Amino acid sequence: MTRRPAGRPLVPAYLSTGGVARPSRPHLERLSVLARSEEPLPGGLPAAELALLDTLEGGSLAVVEAAALLRLPVSAVRVLAADLVDRDLVLARAPIPPAARFDPDLLKRVADGLRALKHHP
Amino acid sequence: MASAPSNTTPSAGAPGAVHQPDTARDLVKILVAGPFGVGKTTLIDSVSEIRPLHTEEHLSEASAEVDDLAGVREKSTTTVAIDFGRISLPGDVVLYLFGTPGQERFRALWDDIAYGALGALVLVDSRRLDASFDVLGLVEESGLPYAVALNTFPDAPRHHGAERLRQALDLEPGTPMVTCDARDPDSSIDALLALVDHLIGRDPVEAR
Repeated sequence: MTRRPAGRPLVPAYLSTGGVARPSRPHLERLSVLARSEEPLPGGLPAAELALLDTLEGGSLAVVEAAALLRLPVSAVRVLAADLVDRDLVLARAPIPPAARFDPDLLKRVADGLRALKHHP
Repeated sequence: MASAPSNTTPSAGAPGAVHQPDTARDLVKILVAGPFGVGKTTLIDSVSEIRPLHTEEHLSEASAEVDDLAGVREKSTTTVAIDFGRISLPGDVVLYLFGTPGQERFRALWDDIAYGALGALVLVDSRRLDASFDVLGLVEESGLPYAVALNTFPDAPRHHGAERLRQALDLEPGTPMVTCDARDPDSSIDALLALVDHLIGRDPVEAR
C-alpha cells in the first residue's frame, strides 16, 4: 500500500520522549499547528525536541506532519511539542476555532474550494 | 506553494515541501474510510498536493482515554500506517484527508483520528460489500456524517442497481452514494463534494 522510507527511525519512540508518556497539555490535536517561536534555544534540549524544532525551521507544521517527518508516533510528538510549548519555544494553535466545525460558511468554503480545483468543471 | 517533488522521500532534512502555506488559516479534515485495498491511498494520492505521508500508529496507544505511550514499550504492539494527504483550498482552508482503516480492532485509533473531523467518505468495493460493514458500523457509531463512494474497479459487476446496493449496505435514505474512480482527481473531488454538500444540507440541529 504505502511505500515506506527505508531503515529504522533515528530515535525509537519510547526513547524520544525521555520516558514521558503523557503530554503536559491534553489538547494538542493531530491538526494543531506548530510553529517555532522567537525564543532563543536554550542548551541541553533533548535530541528529539531539537529534531522537532528542526522540522519547524522551514515553516509551520501540523502535529501529524511533524510526526510523519520525524517518523515518530503522533503520541510521541504530542509529548515533545507540549514540552516545547511549555518552554515557549513552540507556538501551538487549534486547527479551527472551537465550534467552527459545523459553521456553514466554513463548509461552503471547503465546497467552493474543491470545485475550483476541478480540471473539468 | 510548489507541490512536493514526487521522486524524493520526505524527511526532516527536506524543508519546504511539506510546510504549511503561509495563508493557511483553517485546517479541516475528512476521513477516507474503508477496508484494506479499497483505494483509500489511491484517492488521497490523486488529490493531495503533497505526496501522501503516513504516521505509524500503535494500536494500543490510542486505547487509553488520554494519549499515552504505554503500548509503545510492549514488543507485541501492533502498528498500522495511517496515510494522509493535504489540499490547500482557495479561501485559506487546508483540507486533510486521512485514510482510515475500518476494522473493528482499529476502534480506539479511529476515535482519535475522527476527533474534530467534518465527516467521512466511505469507500466501498462493490465486489466485496461485506468488507465494508465494519467501517460503516464504526462511522455510524462515531456519529460522523458520511457519504458512500463506490470505487469503480474494472472488473466490478455492472448489474448492481443503486437501490439494491443501498439496501445491501443498509444506508439511510439521506446518505449520499456516488460512484468514483479513485485514480481520477476530478472523480475523487466529486466524491468529496458529495460529502461536503451533504454536510451543508444538513439541519444544523442534527450537528453535534
